[in-house]
Amino acid sequence: MEQQTNPNPNEPVISLRGVTKTFGTNQVLCGVDLDVMKGQNVVVLGRSGTGKSVLIKIISGMLMADSGTVRVLGQDIASLTDRQLRALRLKIGFSFQSSALYDSMTVKENLEFPLVRNKRHLTRKEIRSATLEVLDAVGLSQTLNQLPSELSGGQRKRIGIARTLILQPEIMLYDEPTAGLDPITSTEINGLIRQVQEQFNTSAIIITHDLACAKSTGDKIAILLDGKFYRQGTFNEVFNDKDERIQGFYDYNFMQ
Amino acid sequence: MSSNDIPKEKFLISRQLDGAFSSLYRTLGFIGRFFKEAIRPPYEFNEIIRQCYDVGYKSLALICLTAFITGLVFTKQSRPSLAEFGATSWLPSLVAIAIIKALAPLVTALICAGKVGSNIGAELGSMKVSEQIEAMEVSATNPFKFLVVSRILATTFMIPILVFFFGGIGLYGSYVDVHMNENTSFILFFEAAFEKISFADIYVSIIKAVVFGFTIGTVGCVQGYKASQGTVGVGRAANAAVVVSMFLIFIEEIIIVQIANAIRAI
Repeated sequence: MEQQTNPNPNEPVISLRGVTKTFGTNQVLCGVDLDVMKGQNVVVLGRSGTGKSVLIKIISGMLMADSGTVRVLGQDIASLTDRQLRALRLKIGFSFQSSALYDSMTVKENLEFPLVRNKRHLTRKEIRSATLEVLDAVGLSQTLNQLPSELSGGQRKRIGIARTLILQPEIMLYDEPTAGLDPITSTEINGLIRQVQEQFNTSAIIITHDLACAKSTGDKIAILLDGKFYRQGTFNEVFNDKDERIQGFYDYNFMQ
Repeated sequence: MSSNDIPKEKFLISRQLDGAFSSLYRTLGFIGRFFKEAIRPPYEFNEIIRQCYDVGYKSLALICLTAFITGLVFTKQSRPSLAEFGATSWLPSLVAIAIIKALAPLVTALICAGKVGSNIGAELGSMKVSEQIEAMEVSATNPFKFLVVSRILATTFMIPILVFFFGGIGLYGSYVDVHMNENTSFILFFEAAFEKISFADIYVSIIKAVVFGFTIGTVGCVQGYKASQGTVGVGRAANAAVVVSMFLIFIEEIIIVQIANAIRAI
């Protein structure tokens, strides 16, 4: 599959400055700053309900920030028209926590759907070849004609990732990729996230509260606490910190 | 007057009114967006055809069966009363007026509200709570155009066609009973049936069918699209799609009949 190239490698592919978001009276994000560089995997760690998923929904343009700037691949999300936003979304892959496979369609139809809708010039042969390529990349070539209901949780996650890869995104957003999976399947998914980064040269934000996932997939860790990034750095930099709240998070995870 | 002085019930009424108005506002916004997206290309022809097949073809057997039984039973039930006055020859026109002017659009719409409306509400609701609609959005597909516009257009196009089937099969059901009892020929029956029916009656029925179809599609989509809270929300969406559609269909029936009668009176 053709790999994407960033026109300016020194510029962050995702840049957030002072992003806030409030739902009713609940301020979820209170001035978030974050940079994701080309080819970098950034893990956003935080407890449930701290606004991690809201953050990636803002980056993908599904939600709008109340204030602050969100730049993705050099474009300010807030200033884009619907058409421009759709064009940008072709470069962003979003892997949902629930996999969000279309349950009335087979795996093949699920994978073909984004291509058929967005790359209308492709022939049937090219679509089939791209489908087989991404299925092979996630190691599930044998599931082509199965329905999502016939797949295991791990397989559904993999197909969900394959569906996003078929559009050759430059950025991947993973929402809780290992949630609800057993440790062995979680390790396989972590491996797949790394494989996607290397094979497709993607940058990624991985939302999780699973430290094992964070350690094996993240080049940079950002801990979201009270609506802000409390610490950012490599896994060792962040967790060698003796700060009580960071250690509390670490201990809690390993006690689990 | 401070808020403490206001009785609690007033807050409750105010909240319910606020809820009703904001719900109405959202629904009008939804309808406005439907027209905007329906006009603007690209058009989802394949999906519209698939939905027309689901709404029309898959409901046809149920509509035809109901229509045949309605026509047959209505004729059987009406015969004794007309026979008292020696007016059984009026049966074809009586049944035709009842079926074409009232029963065909109304019964078809009520059946479709139950079968199609609940299906749309449950399907979209399930897609909403399992993030499939968001997945479509992030893969640069406009889910509103793909899911909502196609379904509303399909119900708006197909329910008038189903109404035609209902009318035809319903009259045939009536003919079967009349033929068995009075040995009336097919041509004679239909000549008598359409004697009292004008084109204006047929136009009004078509208008009703279009309005009912639009209502069923819109209500199903609105309820499905706003579903939340997991499987409970899906059940609620399916249920609300049927109840609200039926309620609106009855109100629209009254309004359209009143308008049609007022226009005729001019």
